[in-house]
Amino acid sequence: MDVDFTNEDQAFRAEARKFIEENYPKHLIGADRGDLSKEDFLAWHKILAEKGWVAPSWPEEFGGTGWSVTQKYIWNEESAAFGTIPPLPFGVAMLGPVIYTFGNQAQKDWVLPGIKSGETWWCQGYSEPGAGSDLAGLKTRAVRDGDDYIVNGHKIWTTLAQHADWMFCLVRTGTEGKPQAGISFLLIDMNTPGITVRPIITIDGGHEVNEVFLEDVRVPAEHLVGEEDKGWTIAKFLLGNERSGIAGVARSKKAIDRLREIARGELEDGAPLLESASFARKISELEIDLTALEYTELRTLASESKGQGPGPESSILKIKGTEIQQRITELTMEAVGNYASPWVPQLDRGDNYLSIGPDHAEGVSQTYFNTRKTSIYGGSNEIQRNIIAKMVLGL
Amino acid sequence: MDFSFTEEQTLLRNMVQSFVQDNYDFDSRMKIVRSEEGMSREIWGQFAELGLLAAPFSEELGGLDGGPIDIMVIMEELGRGLVVEPYLPTVVLCGGILSRHASPAQQEANLPGILGGESIWALAYSEPQSRFNPADVLTSAKADGEGYVLNGTKAVVAAAPWADKLIVSARMSGEQRDHNGIGLFIVDKSTAGVSTQDYPTVDGNRASEVTFENVAVSGDALIGSPDTGLSILEEALDHGIGAICAESLGHMKSLNDATVEYCKTRKQFGVPIGSFQVLQHRMVDMFMEYEQSVSMTYMVNMKLSEGEDERKKASSGAKVQIGKSGRFVGQEAVQLHGGMGMTEELSVGHYFKRLTVIDTQFGNVDHHLKRFASA
Repeated sequence: MDVDFTNEDQAFRAEARKFIEENYPKHLIGADRGDLSKEDFLAWHKILAEKGWVAPSWPEEFGGTGWSVTQKYIWNEESAAFGTIPPLPFGVAMLGPVIYTFGNQAQKDWVLPGIKSGETWWCQGYSEPGAGSDLAGLKTRAVRDGDDYIVNGHKIWTTLAQHADWMFCLVRTGTEGKPQAGISFLLIDMNTPGITVRPIITIDGGHEVNEVFLEDVRVPAEHLVGEEDKGWTIAKFLLGNERSGIAGVARSKKAIDRLREIARGELEDGAPLLESASFARKISELEIDLTALEYTELRTLASESKGQGPGPESSILKIKGTEIQQRITELTMEAVGNYASPWVPQLDRGDNYLSIGPDHAEGVSQTYFNTRKTSIYGGSNEIQRNIIAKMVLGL
Repeated sequence: MDFSFTEEQTLLRNMVQSFVQDNYDFDSRMKIVRSEEGMSREIWGQFAELGLLAAPFSEELGGLDGGPIDIMVIMEELGRGLVVEPYLPTVVLCGGILSRHASPAQQEANLPGILGGESIWALAYSEPQSRFNPADVLTSAKADGEGYVLNGTKAVVAAAPWADKLIVSARMSGEQRDHNGIGLFIVDKSTAGVSTQDYPTVDGNRASEVTFENVAVSGDALIGSPDTGLSILEEALDHGIGAICAESLGHMKSLNDATVEYCKTRKQFGVPIGSFQVLQHRMVDMFMEYEQSVSMTYMVNMKLSEGEDERKKASSGAKVQIGKSGRFVGQEAVQLHGGMGMTEELSVGHYFKRLTVIDTQFGNVDHHLKRFASA
């Protein structure tokens, strides 16, 4: 048993790091997600596309890199350690694998290149007001009409739909049998008449998620992926991919480094907060929990390298990963003391906005409130615990 | 032993409760928060008419002869409505200091404005470097003839954008964190040399960074003496803790009620999610945190008039309790509401944000654990 990387892996790490350092857009270093324009989101994506590194996990025939599981892990780790804005997950991580696994040739030919180049921005039309944890309860209807489907319904929590060109969408085509039967997977052009996108402002003051209303939206039947009424298999396949990488170990490490930096700069009775025994203890507890998670992830990785896919154990990574992220943001907010209170959301700032208090206090409470979503989205942590109870413990 | 309220206190609660229900529903509250000024002078005037601004003061001072328990009743109901109007800084903090420690002349000059609703006050005590230690004072007050000259900066002064008067802590002698040598000064915000940078805060309130540059005040601006300034200030902050403990009860109760209601009606997998045992137990934990907070809030508000050591221990203990409970209840209320809990549209997130600020206000859990241990 050892946890050392091979010489080849080490060489790959050096190459990855060098490429990021030399090519990552300077103006996006340390950028806050809330401040990004559509172009900002895509800038690094396009550089990676040119290099051929935008979709490492895809099979090589569709443009993947052919990296080993370990190399992909190293790449993610280096990207997170540098703090890159990763390529948008909706295309690369979610829809891409669906298309090369379930799509027909025509779909592969037009969808995959647009994802890789960043030309097509995809959003995910899954959740509905009545279908959250119980996704199979979705009601958005698609009715066949000649060569088209007519779609009516209401999607919610659609992340960054305000920028999207297309949406991959779960719709109900059949009402017989179990709710899982009768679901289909459709690709919908967001410019089609009948689609309205309404922003949802979240408690951190940001606009990341949306509602999407579909009213008599005409979708050509050629945009059905897989078979009609068989979309649930695809939906589950996609959710499995959504969960991988959710542990966020490298990003949490970086966030703890930043927390320590802030605690070094904050004073308590004239001494750095970092020297306070009670505060230092809390940082240590976080670091220990994160180390445990890192090794749990490495164990998953090791079995994946031997060809055993990530099973229900990946729910551990989601639960522990998000709990740690939330504690880091909470402790960071605690570190800045009174200066966690000033609140000028991005949307409300004029050109002459002056920041209040120390620079490192900027945005910490927004991040804390925003991060509360992580135990809700991607299958709530309650649902993840149900998965472990059922699939791992056999309860 | 008796934990019941007097008839007057019950009437007071009913009055504030119905006022908040009738005039301060969530939509009205958000309109006020988003308005240019961020508070409603009209509501403030109604507080004066209802006698809320006079409630805790003695009859000699023109008040209604109430005390901490009356403030507790009022703050709890204001908490339910997430009321932003500056009852805490004006009446509880500054009014409290003036009523307990100001000279008769200072009281005569200043209290009628507070009781009548014409004047809004803010307590400017924290500084950029002071964190939660009220003795960490760099703002200076130097004697100059009959009066004093103030220089320095105060940080995150709640309600300062609305205030016309400030009570300012300033060092008259000694080193940065010495307990002696801190004076409390009444400063008109319009005095030459006072400048503010105003901003909204997380909880829908407003605050300022307040800078004093050679601000000249007269000799009778000083409350008490430089030897008693810190103890007057600490006593006021403990009264503030008693008040925000009560306010947080209003928030927690509202969140618990909303969460139970939501879980009874929200259906997934064909059943109300409240039928899942894991969520039931979570709501039971929220309920127990609330009940423990009620107990500590009663305790602290009964002990505010006791000796200094007992008062400090009581207020720090209560602050630790509501810091932890408020965080738990706020976070879980959002979690159990799912995505809806994350939206600005629901009141849930706004209660959560106010509770988050309360966790830090007047010192966080760590600060008060240490203070409790050393009291």
